Amino acid sequence: MREELLTIIEKNSRINTKELAVILGVEEVDIVNELAKMEAEGIICGYHTMINWEKTTKEKVSALIEVRVTPQRGQGFDNIAERIYKYPEVNSVYLISGGYDLLVTLEGKSLKDISMFVSEKLATLDSVLSTATHFILKKYKDHGTILARKVEDERELFTS
Amino acid sequence: MRNPLSKTVVNIKPSGIRKFFDIVSEMEDVISLGVGEPDFDTPWHVRKEGMDSLEKGRTFYTSNSGLMELRQEICNYLKRKQNVEYNPRKQVIITVGGSEAIDIGIRAMCDPGDEVLIPQPSYVSYEPCAILAGAKPVAINLKAENEFRLTAAELEEHITDKTKVLILPFPNNPTGAIMERKDLEAIAEVIIKHDLFVMSDEIYAELTYKDKHVSIVEIPGMYERTVLINGFSKAYAMTGWRLGYACGPQEIIEQMTKIHQFAIMCAPTTSQYAAVKALRDGDDDIAEMRTAYNQRRRFLMHAFKEMGLECFEPYGAFYVFPCIKEFGITSDEFATRFLEAEKVAVVPGNAFGDSGEGFLRISYAYSLENLKIAMERMKRFVEKLREEMK
Repeated sequence: MREELLTIIEKNSRINTKELAVILGVEEVDIVNELAKMEAEGIICGYHTMINWEKTTKEKVSALIEVRVTPQRGQGFDNIAERIYKYPEVNSVYLISGGYDLLVTLEGKSLKDISMFVSEKLATLDSVLSTATHFILKKYKDHGTILARKVEDERELFTS
Repeated sequence: MRNPLSKTVVNIKPSGIRKFFDIVSEMEDVISLGVGEPDFDTPWHVRKEGMDSLEKGRTFYTSNSGLMELRQEICNYLKRKQNVEYNPRKQVIITVGGSEAIDIGIRAMCDPGDEVLIPQPSYVSYEPCAILAGAKPVAINLKAENEFRLTAAELEEHITDKTKVLILPFPNNPTGAIMERKDLEAIAEVIIKHDLFVMSDEIYAELTYKDKHVSIVEIPGMYERTVLINGFSKAYAMTGWRLGYACGPQEIIEQMTKIHQFAIMCAPTTSQYAAVKALRDGDDDIAEMRTAYNQRRRFLMHAFKEMGLECFEPYGAFYVFPCIKEFGITSDEFATRFLEAEKVAVVPGNAFGDSGEGFLRISYAYSLENLKIAMERMKRFVEKLREEMK
């Protein structure tokens, strides 16, 4: 049940425990217990809302930053990753295989905001060798949800 | 001028769904629960395979029976799922959907006057196909109290000395009924006793929500008298690709291939290449879709229970078949009024045979969000009807 439950709430965190019990064919109390257990185990880390900020009046700029760093003896990348993820404007930090080491995603109010962060906070860290900043121009799909257009049902209304 | 038409064709009833098309086309914001096809897209890797085959210029006819590679994969699949062995060279034919297999199967087995037993409610094409083959369709009216399974007694009752073929449409469209091993064993005994043949339409075989699907070919003595029909539409969400197949005794498949060769030539080549990929790598896709269908099935059963609507629990396909007899109106009337009042489209059960009267087919090939809105509207409608009856 665990995986099936996670797959459902990954897409819809607002679904209530009663509905979950119905569609999974179990008792509501089992759902409540399982959710609590997975929260305690750190499997469920939060219940977020997917927002298309472009449709609001709030100005937001997001960027992906490729960061090359020097790993530290005995620590690898963990130390430097921690230095970076502690900044509240940082959304995510991933260790990446390939041409660079860390992928940092970032949200700011403006381009200037993000440039300042990169030049003053990120690039000046000792172990950071170089950065490459990519601004996001448009989000077509995010977290498996298509934002660019409404998905329509193209089937006939009746078929036998 | 002489009448240009064939009496046989003119006399065939048009599908009962037709008139609802006309009403719906005039309306906006209709939620349809009326379709018999998956709401999922064909898995991406399968679509890609089709595109690749086009890019490589694989646009010629295949052999009449279909790509050897595909027939081999079908045999591997049936061995894996049903533990039966077919010879890909002599016992398999690839058809244009399961529907073509039904048509040519009946034509290959029946002479004028032969009787074809058709358990109903069931898919709408068996009866016309039998008529076009010159055979006589004989309906077996299945009962809600048997969960719309076919019983040995019901079968026995309809057998005459002209009976030739039994159509076995399980998991069933429109009822969602399944036949389990014990049910099939009882049927097999009667079939063997009367020396009949079976055309087993197993297009929904992958969509069962209890135990794994059992095919009648697995029952001893039935392999040699059964044509098994399946396809890619429902399991792999490939309806528009038009691809199905039939497996069975060599002598029957040979004659089916003869008709197919003259009428169709071969099934679409692009679809055949895509289907090879589906059979090789599609098991996970099926599992994912089945899980989603099952959640929706449970949701609908619960919704009916809450509105006090009688419905046996179906364990197959993607339909539920609630009973509306308590309202004292016909299925047609219920569906028409429901559509007009609440803009929800369902199919009246009698579109699938007389024994479907008093029932509705509701498809759950729709997102839970859609089903939720539809069930709120249905609850409101049902309450209104009950109010009127007071």
